[in-house]
Amino acid sequence: MGNYLPSTDAQQREMLAALGLSEKEELFSSVPRALRAGALDMPNGKPEFEVLREMERLAAQNTVFPSVFRGAGAYRHYIPAIVKSVTSKESFVTAYTPYQAELSQGVLQSIFEYQTMICELTGLAAANASVYDGATAAAEAAALCRERGRTKTLLSAGAHPDVIAVVQTYCYASGHALELIPLRDGATDLDALAGMIDGTVSAVYMQQPNYFGLIEDCARAAQVAHAGGAKFIMGVNPIAAAILKSPGECGADIAVGEGQPLGMPLSFGGPYLGFMASTTALMRKLPGRIVGQTVDADGRCAFTLTLQAREQHIRREKAASNICSNQALCAMTAAVYLAAMGPQGLKEVAEQCMAKAHYLAERLDAIGFHRVHCGAFFHEFLTTCPGNVAVILKALEARGILGGLEIEGNILWCATEMNSKEEIDRLVEVLG
Amino acid sequence: MQTPNELLYAASHEWILFADDGSAKVGLTDFAQHALGDIVFVNLPEVGTRVAVGESVGDVESVKAVSDIYSPLAGVIVAVNEALMDAPESLNGDPYGAWLFEVGEIEGKAELLSAVAYDAFCEEAK
Amino acid sequence: MKLLFEKSVQGRKLGLLPVCDLPKVELDDCYVRNQAPRLPELSESDLSRHYSELERRTHGVNNGFYPLGSCTMKYNPAVNEQVARLAGFADIHPLQSADTVPGALEALRLAETMLAEVSGMDAVTLQPAAGAHGEFTGLLLIKKHHESRGDTGRNVILVPDSAHGTNPATAAMCGMRVAHIPSGADGCVDIGKLRAAVGADTAGIMLTNPNTLGIFEKDIAEILEIIHAAGALAYCDGANLNAIMGIARPGDMGFDCIHMNLHKTFSTPHGGGGPGVGAVACKAFLGEFLQDTRVKAFHGNFLVVIRALAYMLTLGADGLRAASETAVLNANYFKKLLAERYTVPHGENCLHEFVISMEKEAAQGVTALDIAKLLIDRGIHPPTIYFPLIVREALMVEPTETESRETLDEAARVFIEIYDAAMADPVLGKVAPQNAAIRRPDEVAAARSPVVRYTW
Repeated sequence: MGNYLPSTDAQQREMLAALGLSEKEELFSSVPRALRAGALDMPNGKPEFEVLREMERLAAQNTVFPSVFRGAGAYRHYIPAIVKSVTSKESFVTAYTPYQAELSQGVLQSIFEYQTMICELTGLAAANASVYDGATAAAEAAALCRERGRTKTLLSAGAHPDVIAVVQTYCYASGHALELIPLRDGATDLDALAGMIDGTVSAVYMQQPNYFGLIEDCARAAQVAHAGGAKFIMGVNPIAAAILKSPGECGADIAVGEGQPLGMPLSFGGPYLGFMASTTALMRKLPGRIVGQTVDADGRCAFTLTLQAREQHIRREKAASNICSNQALCAMTAAVYLAAMGPQGLKEVAEQCMAKAHYLAERLDAIGFHRVHCGAFFHEFLTTCPGNVAVILKALEARGILGGLEIEGNILWCATEMNSKEEIDRLVEVLG
Repeated sequence: MQTPNELLYAASHEWILFADDGSAKVGLTDFAQHALGDIVFVNLPEVGTRVAVGESVGDVESVKAVSDIYSPLAGVIVAVNEALMDAPESLNGDPYGAWLFEVGEIEGKAELLSAVAYDAFCEEAK
Repeated sequence: MKLLFEKSVQGRKLGLLPVCDLPKVELDDCYVRNQAPRLPELSESDLSRHYSELERRTHGVNNGFYPLGSCTMKYNPAVNEQVARLAGFADIHPLQSADTVPGALEALRLAETMLAEVSGMDAVTLQPAAGAHGEFTGLLLIKKHHESRGDTGRNVILVPDSAHGTNPATAAMCGMRVAHIPSGADGCVDIGKLRAAVGADTAGIMLTNPNTLGIFEKDIAEILEIIHAAGALAYCDGANLNAIMGIARPGDMGFDCIHMNLHKTFSTPHGGGGPGVGAVACKAFLGEFLQDTRVKAFHGNFLVVIRALAYMLTLGADGLRAASETAVLNANYFKKLLAERYTVPHGENCLHEFVISMEKEAAQGVTALDIAKLLIDRGIHPPTIYFPLIVREALMVEPTETESRETLDEAARVFIEIYDAAMADPVLGKVAPQNAAIRRPDEVAAARSPVVRYTW
């Protein structure tokens, strides 16, 4: 068996003897006999060599596509080498939540820098140290907007299906109402929204760009929400945020999003990163960890977890959220990615995504895959399919291409800076 | 510890100052602020809220604790001390100047303590 | 040290992307961002040195002893990191068709099967990203179970006063009221008080076993009988599973569901606060609710599951049991060494962790916080402090099984040295740490006037 127990058998016997015991079994005398388990029904341990072979065998069964045109909430972007090099540093990997500030200045400063970058990206005043993912960030944001008399959340039907499902779960749990705002030509129907707003609505959530890749009129949506006395929450793709009107510029009260595009590999869906920013007015209602800057006993700059009285370990059942962790290593990944890209690099990524997606749409249109919606889009779009979708996607897979995602007979395509013109031409050639 | 004679007190450690028009300002006693330590934030009630005696109407936060604020009177919150939002430390530095909220339309008569009685109460609590 | 933003030089950049081979698309002005995000402009070497300096100012399990109670800071094996980097796991899209990812699906199934076996349950979800997220998922199963039976009047969750703060907070998120159950003098649930609290409105109980004092709830079978007899269900907070793997199974004890922290018990790294996985396992009758409860996008934190799977394969049935036995041996051995000075109020039957009380010493001016800060100067990460709430001036110590006898002997010597020094001169504790990256931070100023971002 493999193990990570440094004490030798001889040492363990000595330690037992020091306790006046002869068998390890005796350490568990407080566990009632009737509850003792027999041997676990699983294989005994294996040496590292065998485990590695077994895991490699499992990994080898999965197809890693060299050419990917699928997004739908998980995006393949270029990850600079420095990102992995920094985030695999052992102390960052193995540290716990930075409760003891004096031993955790590195993690704390990295989170402070991350918070600053999220504020810059969203155009808002404050950010937390992150939550589990974009979907739970949306659910937490909806929860923090509730106040006496206003508890209903309006959620655009153009949000990612998993975001809708997770917000539904959280609303079901707490017993609060949730309604979906219908779409018109793929985009959120803002006239319908205006009709749905009343004095019971606490927040309106819209995703930018939405699930179908369309760029929404978030500034107008924010006006509609605010006119009805509700808060406006914007779910943003952080790459698109480099060029699209920021949540702050749109008038959003809260911005959330899935941070995966910021340097995290696809990883079959996780771990990813939920980022979350708000106006100053809502800062003290944010869930989760927040790092603040202060000074130490010698007056030097120092960082510490702050505003902790919001949290469950102090407020217990009166806390607004039960969250007590953050995705610190993923947040650091995002921060290193953003720092490596810089303002110009990030804008370049966003512009290349748009350029490639628009070229792809144009080429696909020419061979009978016509756009379903007519609005402006970022790096994803929905098309019809002139043949059997499943057959076509399988044919692509056979050539090492992961095509778009089937949605009710249509296909949701995505292109990023990773897809060269040559690659797009080849896709179109195979489809044609 | 200071306990000014001109004020009334509640066993939940609020002081009460009645105005001529029958309304009353409420704050935290010197004893309370000592026990809480450095206050870093205060959550105040909304103006217009109807409150009952002993109802939790907000809370004060120190770095690692939260304590409820109770209304010692029944009535309507007619004003809150917004200045505390930017200067919660005045609850520590000037407990009898830093009022929390003002209650109007007061109903009934609450059982409040004199300064002497409150001091005795605190002594016992120790 | 300087922030990234303070090191930024206008125009500095990395050469990462090829020039775009397609024409730029112009957006309508109404969609375009006016103010560009002020991200730092740096070279790769700037970044490398910045984060190397930050790493030096971070204490991880790799840097030294980390007896942080309740957090199970065991060693994070290197091979697990290696398997998580395999392209066949790291570079697959979550929405690939099942026939292109059979290995990933088999890995998930394997992990589910092994976690079900360790916990004594029937069904598992790997979606929850943390322990608190698992608690939320578990309580939803309980809520849905009652509702499916038309039993709508159950809205109270019982929580012992020794519980983690997440338990009551989770109950509140699920629209439940919390009733606190006091602990008895022995640190276990007071059965009489429990009987008095259980009623027709009880939806369930949330219980950590062994509890946060490190004590196995000796009356667990009776406690769960009382709960079930009232028509309520029992949730196990699996935070302390590391004490009992292969020794006793929560499912056999009578619990209906449990969360397991893969980032504690199954050795996946904590990452400075995350990512983790709070896998939830339940009995068969709750399985149907597990299917339709989505708490996270896609398949959960897949690469964390992969690491935990590699760990479970490495240890196996015999190794998991040996890990728990050794964790308990280490805790009891360390407790005995510390007991020369420190008081452990409920120490007799502790399993994998124990809780010191500094109440007596605090009266002489030496608090749990002082001991924590003095340990920092000696290169030891402090234990969890001021938790559980039922022990005054608490220091909660969990050495874990991956520490050697030499480490424990040396750490005990340090614990005793600083105890003696602080008792002789309490000021020492107040001014510690002296040798860390910073001295004590002004937390009051940080909370009064929060600065949560850099400003130019």
